[in-house]
Amino acid sequence: MQVSDSSSRILAGLLEARTGQQLTMSRRWRIETALAALLRERGIPSLDELITILVMGREPSLATQVVEALLNNETYFFRDRAPFDLLSRSALPKLMQRRAATKRLTIWSAGCSTGQEAYSLAMLFAEDPVKWAGWTIDILGTDVSEAVVRRAREGQYSQFEVQRGLGINQMIRWFEETENGWRAVEPLRRTVRFQVQNLLEPAPHPGKFDIVLCRNVLLYLNSERRGVVFDRIADAMVPDGWLMLGAGETVIGQTRRFEADSEARGLYRRTGTDLPQIAVGA
Amino acid sequence: MKTCLIVDDSKVIRKVARHILETLEFQVEEAGDGREALDRCEAKMPDVVLLDWNMPVMSGMEFLKLLRQRGHSDQPKVVFCTTENDMAHIRAALEAGADEYVMKPFDRETLHIKLQLVGVA
Repeated sequence: MQVSDSSSRILAGLLEARTGQQLTMSRRWRIETALAALLRERGIPSLDELITILVMGREPSLATQVVEALLNNETYFFRDRAPFDLLSRSALPKLMQRRAATKRLTIWSAGCSTGQEAYSLAMLFAEDPVKWAGWTIDILGTDVSEAVVRRAREGQYSQFEVQRGLGINQMIRWFEETENGWRAVEPLRRTVRFQVQNLLEPAPHPGKFDIVLCRNVLLYLNSERRGVVFDRIADAMVPDGWLMLGAGETVIGQTRRFEADSEARGLYRRTGTDLPQIAVGA
Repeated sequence: MKTCLIVDDSKVIRKVARHILETLEFQVEEAGDGREALDRCEAKMPDVVLLDWNMPVMSGMEFLKLLRQRGHSDQPKVVFCTTENDMAHIRAALEAGADEYVMKPFDRETLHIKLQLVGVA
């Protein structure tokens, strides 16, 4: 199945219009793979036929399914490990002191895909119950894809997914066997919530997040949209909160709303400025 | 360089696992069953054993119990790597002294993280 330039452009336009994400040349090679299952499922014989149906607007739900299939939902539990160690070692002890009066923390996993990051955060707290006794920990996961948010809410993972990133003792403590694989236990599911949200739109309720994780999402946006997302996140955070990005992502040259935390490499703090961002290349 | 003993009666699995482990900079040895694995451990203890469950001659579980009974001071880490993927088997393996458990099928990332978790990668 060959993807022509014109087909690529149509699919790229659809993805960008619905999500703001770019289908860069480096991602175009996976169009065929990403859409193969959908074509099979819908009985559509070729990509050209799919494009024809999309352009004719004969099946509006198909466009949503195409967009969902094109999104990169790669994730796993405790992805890259070090960021979670950094949170445990640096950000959480400080927040524990600063929020001692309210005993409340709100954390946003922005671009949460199928929920592994949010559940990893939930495990961090659940594995230290004495330390966090009496605290309200509100963990919110959001994603632009309805399909992955649905899966995140279920907390249901295949055998392959559940062991990616989890030690075996963690896995059997926080997941139970089901007919279809492994499901997060109810006490863990209770501590996280998920909703559909486009990062380019206003941030989700309640805002005032203490920690925002937005990892491996911004790389799919152009610099102008990255600036918008940084603004949205900054507006939704408390002044002394932290932003965490993915490995290889940075705020440098992207926004004036955040600066690197000199005491905790890998974490970013809100700056004092509320000036509109100036994106490089925008 | 850390050493890993792959114990599996499937040549294909040993070949795939060897490839992954070599990219993770392990020196790899192979055994086709638990008995052969015990002999290899007696000769030279590896840092970690990647262990299948069902094998002819001696199963992975029998091997693990005998290995742990011998009480060598240089006990290797043992990572079960098997298609026995239910909670009962996992609990039995941990009780017998396994350090980690990988359910087949798996990918490089999964195995790498498991080896990091047991402190050999």
